[in-house]
Amino acid sequence: MILIARSGPTRAEATSLATHLVLAAACLIVLAPVVLVVIDSFKSRQSIFGRAFDLPIGGSFDLTGYQLVLTRAHFPLYFLNSVVVTSVSTVLILGIGAMAAHALAEYRFRFNRLLVVYFALGIMISIRLGSVGIVRLLSGWGLTNTIWALVAVYTAQGLPLTIFIMTQLMRQIPAELKQAARVDGANEYQVFWLVLPLVRPIIATVAVFLMIPIWNDLWFPLILAPAESVRTVTLGTQQFIGSFATDWQAVLAALTLALIPPLVFYAAFSRQLLRGLTAGAIK
Amino acid sequence: MLRVHCATSRFPLHIVVFIAPALVIYTVLMVYPIAATLAESLYRATGSGSGGQTAFAGIDNYLALVGARPWAVRFWGALEHNVAFFLIQFLVQNPLGLLLAVLLSRPGLRLGAAYRTILYVPAMLSIVIAGFVWQLMLNPLWGIVKASLDVLHIGGLFHPWLGLESSALIALALISTWQFLGMPMMLYLTSLIAIPSEIVDAARVDGASAWTTFWRIQFPLILPTVGIVAILTYTGSLNAFDLVFALQGPLAAPNYATDVLGTLFYRTYFGGMGTAADPAMGSTIAGMTFVIVLAGVLVYLIGWQRRATVYEL
Amino acid sequence: MVALGANGGPAVHAQTPVNLVLESWRVEDAAIWEGTIIPAYQATHKDVTITYRPTNSSFYNAALGTELQGGTVGDVFACQPFDTSEAFYNQGYLPKINDMPELAHFSALARSGWTTRDGVNTYCMPVASVMEGFTYNKDAFDKLGLTPPNTRAEFFQVLDAIKKDGTYIPLAMGTYDGWTVGDRGLYSNGPNFWKGEEGRQALIGGTAKLTDPQFVDAMRFVAQWRPYLAADPEAIKYTDTQEMFPLGQAAIMPAGSWEISLFRQKAKFPMGVFMPPVANPGDQHYIDQQIDIAFTYNPKSANVDAARQFVDWLGTAEFATLYSNALPGFFTLGDYEVQVADPLAQEYLSWLKNAKPTLRLAEQYLSTGNPSLESDLFTLMPQVLNGTLAPEDAARMAQQDLDSWYQPPQR
Repeated sequence: MILIARSGPTRAEATSLATHLVLAAACLIVLAPVVLVVIDSFKSRQSIFGRAFDLPIGGSFDLTGYQLVLTRAHFPLYFLNSVVVTSVSTVLILGIGAMAAHALAEYRFRFNRLLVVYFALGIMISIRLGSVGIVRLLSGWGLTNTIWALVAVYTAQGLPLTIFIMTQLMRQIPAELKQAARVDGANEYQVFWLVLPLVRPIIATVAVFLMIPIWNDLWFPLILAPAESVRTVTLGTQQFIGSFATDWQAVLAALTLALIPPLVFYAAFSRQLLRGLTAGAIK
Repeated sequence: MLRVHCATSRFPLHIVVFIAPALVIYTVLMVYPIAATLAESLYRATGSGSGGQTAFAGIDNYLALVGARPWAVRFWGALEHNVAFFLIQFLVQNPLGLLLAVLLSRPGLRLGAAYRTILYVPAMLSIVIAGFVWQLMLNPLWGIVKASLDVLHIGGLFHPWLGLESSALIALALISTWQFLGMPMMLYLTSLIAIPSEIVDAARVDGASAWTTFWRIQFPLILPTVGIVAILTYTGSLNAFDLVFALQGPLAAPNYATDVLGTLFYRTYFGGMGTAADPAMGSTIAGMTFVIVLAGVLVYLIGWQRRATVYEL
Repeated sequence: MVALGANGGPAVHAQTPVNLVLESWRVEDAAIWEGTIIPAYQATHKDVTITYRPTNSSFYNAALGTELQGGTVGDVFACQPFDTSEAFYNQGYLPKINDMPELAHFSALARSGWTTRDGVNTYCMPVASVMEGFTYNKDAFDKLGLTPPNTRAEFFQVLDAIKKDGTYIPLAMGTYDGWTVGDRGLYSNGPNFWKGEEGRQALIGGTAKLTDPQFVDAMRFVAQWRPYLAADPEAIKYTDTQEMFPLGQAAIMPAGSWEISLFRQKAKFPMGVFMPPVANPGDQHYIDQQIDIAFTYNPKSANVDAARQFVDWLGTAEFATLYSNALPGFFTLGDYEVQVADPLAQEYLSWLKNAKPTLRLAEQYLSTGNPSLESDLFTLMPQVLNGTLAPEDAARMAQQDLDSWYQPPQR
């Protein structure tokens, strides 16, 4: 032990430096384009097109884009719609998906294998293919131009992937744990409740995977809920960009603003994720 | 194994309760509408031009898609591009994601949360935005890439990569890699962290180098995740559409060099920009895509799952 | 124009306000519709409110098709010309509007984009046409002592002079968005080569082929623009060119009349337009006057009467005046004498005094099948302009594809 401790710190330091260098470099590459958009959104038109390296200070600073975005579009409303749709859908997918995944991972019964494959099919094909059928169904139920139409579709869309990932990883949970609970008198629903915290990091990870495509989706809000009162932020931004397609300042401002909600989401969930990870998930 | 459930004749209600909601929602809102669309691929339009009548055609449409003018050249071209897309994701994006995940999983890493958040930022953007940002940077007139190369006096290295047949697809694949690097990274990270630190520590104490530790200890323990990531990459790249559509348009400029099965489907099924819609062939393309994806997944489910042992920790 | 009630007396019928949803691909015009046109209609039709709900043009056709099949389409919606609308009509989604009173003001040519091939049934009310030519920076021309060209020789002289001077990029044009090359390059300049309608009808009738000199020469003319574009045009988009020109970086832009509003907003210099050039002085000019947008109503709408009434109103002189002035560069298709205020719009209109109008080459009949001539041209022409494909080869490939499915009508 002592031998290793002596050579340990030096080696650890070197690898630690290398680690940080690589990670930092990756972050730089990853972030630079995004930072560019943000910087450009504060610049004047001439500056955007004439002097790529200029910072938005002094003469180059221009808030016209933001003024346009915030006055011409009803972003607070769109934002609220997006938040509701995304969070409700995510909760539903995770809840319903976890239940199904648990059952498929835990119980051996006749149709288990078949159901696994059945659900997995959903990952392999885009739900947009069924657009016409979905529109017909939902309009038949009178749900067009409601938030619920979107929630319904996104829930269906998110289930296959969630069940796929969670089934695989729930299989890794030690059986002894669950058997012990049963011996103690727990019913199956209580067993499920017991299992859930053990897969918190998975749930958090999957949640992040799910929320972002829902938030960023353009197609279903377009065909199912385009009315002003239920419009999502992404649809609103697209329309706005279409109206001002050649107004780069407005476009860049809109894009910058569109960055903020996912970032906030992720920052919030990242803490949950962190807690779950450092709690030492499966012990 | 000791069976805890008593009478085998008792109906496992709990299984139904757990699975029914997912089954119902998924079937009604996803399987049924998609099946209805795919069923269109078994019919052919009759009558002149854009009439609504159809006749049953069996697998004729599928045969036409792979073998007949004008479909075959577009289909095989698109498939080729999908494969190229997949290879770049698989050989560039996933290993990089794994590397970053390994680095991030080191115990006691400072700023870990910060790194994690930053590296995931592009994945949070909508694909349209990510594409737009890169298109702006690569713009020959006022993009930062050209400006930077000029400043360094190597402006000659600049090319309109997104507009050249030789480079457009690769450029798009790299943009997609840039954006979604965080996803395999997160999946790998989650499963790396699940490995109890005692195991890794024990290996280090025994004198194993970082490399050996990774290959002999960590990698085998995260094999299920590696499999998941591989499958998701496969299905993701075959369903790729948004980036190409947003940047290169439905005609997959330049000269179909960036055409993928998704864009081929879109412009065939919906028509537009001077072409009439052809739902029968469109849904055939969708059906074909599905078959190709299914084949790959079956390989995974049967081959990989049988081989990979799942280590219980 | 229906007034509700008369002289303050009781209304003939109690109306609950009807809300019509109006769909279109012109997201850019939202401000105009909401600010000018819709208020004008609502002022005289107090029982109706209208919501303008546009969708970006890249999604419009797909969204419209899905909505029509799913039953969620708006009460009134815009129709693209020719094949896509014809398909919707054949599937039964569009109404016959033959009996609408205002339709009488539209010629057969104006209606042709939205009428069945036998000329009998019209399904959308034509609203506007657009024209294309070249817009130029008058300050730049003055500075370099140039005048707008009439012949092709003069055209290249002007381009050479601008290039030699070096201050300006001669042409604001990119090849990234293929349709711009097909549209502003070939469709706009080609009619001078194939004599407008004569050539187009010959191609439709099968008596001419794309490999004939009049078509190949037109393609070659576009290929000759290459030296006058900015560097790396392969990655220059349409929206980039819409910035290059008003910013004063490029001196000439092959542009459409629909860009007038945009240029007015952004350009700080006086502008002019000139027609696509001809071979010799005194030659007949041909102008691509594209019938572009029409509207119709959803026959299954809950508010079908109000919707019908609105569509009919779109054919009136009142609407034509409003529209042409609010959106200079969109010209009414009706037989109205509309006074347009904008000088550039007036210049465009003046062309029609001497030039013969024609339609875009591939839009009627020649793009119904697969591969459609239009998508072929939009894919081949950028390569021709890039210099990677010879015009003869492009023509040959396009004709081969056309021959694979197109049958000229039997005589």
